[in-house]
Amino acid sequence: MHDFGSAFAAAMSLMVGLDPDLLEIVGLSMQVSLSAVGLAALIGLPLGAAVALFRFPGRMVVVVALNALMGLPPVVVGLIVYLLLSRAGPLGTLGLLFSPTAMIIAQVILVTPIIAALTRQVMEDLWSEYEEQLRSLGAGPGTAVPALLWDGRFSLVTAILAGFGRASAEVGAVMIVGGNIDHVTRVMTTSIALEVSKGDLALALGLGIILLALSAGVNGAAFVLKEVAQRKQG
Amino acid sequence: MDTILPLTLEDVSFQVGRMRLIKDMNLTLDAGPRTVIIGPNGAGKSLLLRLCHGLLQPTSGRVRWSTAAGETAADAQAMVFQRPVMLRRSAAANVDYALKLRKVPKAERAHRIDEALGRAGLRRLAHQPARVLSFGEQQRLALARAWALRPEVLFLDEATASLDPAATYAVEEMIHAIHAEGTRIVMTTHDLGQARRLGDEVIFMHRGRMLERSPAAQFFEQPENDLAQAFVKGELLWWKRRELDDKPHHAPRFR
Repeated sequence: MHDFGSAFAAAMSLMVGLDPDLLEIVGLSMQVSLSAVGLAALIGLPLGAAVALFRFPGRMVVVVALNALMGLPPVVVGLIVYLLLSRAGPLGTLGLLFSPTAMIIAQVILVTPIIAALTRQVMEDLWSEYEEQLRSLGAGPGTAVPALLWDGRFSLVTAILAGFGRASAEVGAVMIVGGNIDHVTRVMTTSIALEVSKGDLALALGLGIILLALSAGVNGAAFVLKEVAQRKQG
Repeated sequence: MDTILPLTLEDVSFQVGRMRLIKDMNLTLDAGPRTVIIGPNGAGKSLLLRLCHGLLQPTSGRVRWSTAAGETAADAQAMVFQRPVMLRRSAAANVDYALKLRKVPKAERAHRIDEALGRAGLRRLAHQPARVLSFGEQQRLALARAWALRPEVLFLDEATASLDPAATYAVEEMIHAIHAEGTRIVMTTHDLGQARRLGDEVIFMHRGRMLERSPAAQFFEQPENDLAQAFVKGELLWWKRRELDDKPHHAPRFR
């Protein structure tokens, strides 16, 4: 308990003192996770909508696959991306391994199925409510996608937040493809793992608190925004 | 614009699984009178509207509009449903979206939106989110949206079934006005009073068949069909005359 108390005090002083190493790590974490979620949303939203609205052979397989991929283990994704990007791998010539870009790629693979699967559910529910009216007005599934995404925006925020939660919290994939290199690819989760194994609980705890606070902050802000907007829009 | 009327249904049947829900329907709708389709629950009124409007495809038979080959009749029709479906945007933007789908040029859209909302008495709510409007206002907005499309034929499926008398009155006034401007009205209703107020002719349906079609005055005065008589008198009739289903020749045929 004494350890915990002193580690907590040290963590506080790091945060209050805006320790430059700490800030760098937090900054890189946000940069990687937000980029990954942004890209995953660009892919996952239309993908989920398409699976929801179009009928094609093998659709059920895609639906099940998307749901299953939501639970993709980060270390496995890390390993696959590692093999693809390593010098001997098919994309080795790009020289991306152990770079923030590699970490973003791995996280996009992790997050896209989450956003796509949740989007599909939201879109299917909306389409069943809107279908007759929209078809009567002359909009088929293809034409209706932008309007449906816009109308589902409050629920889709939750889907994107789920993706952000996954990206910012995972350690396995970024550890493998990033390598946890100081000042290059060290993010919050990888440094927590490292500092704990080194026994430097202060930095680990400080980072842990910041990670929790950021997660709570982002979710809280999104929730308030959603509630206010939804009340206005009905 | 060339007319898409008359609408002809030739031996139209609609089946879900083994249930035949619309049976051998033959019907011609010409320009002019307001047609009110009445009948008990499950008679197939709403299905008939959806078949006419093209939201459902008949299992057998044909639904034919008088369009030239290659032309579509869909752009000359609109439909208002029992529950108004509004997009999460303003009342005006909902009308605008429908106009955009029909490729009405931008320059004309503003004018049409303003006109339609004005006629629905919704001008002051134009910029309110459509989904926070009351149910009655949303239904008026649905009618305004349909009206803005300037359809040649307007289908209404139980458009006032969930509304209170005041809102029903407002919607009926709009239907009158839309009819007066030359749009062909085809509607279903449960409400016999409404059928009297709005109908020029009545189609009486029961168990997927059209049992009677006659001018409204005559229908309410003296329905020919005995089931229609029972219906107009307010009797409950779904347990009666079960044999009718098995002997389709008993049902009079109409052109």
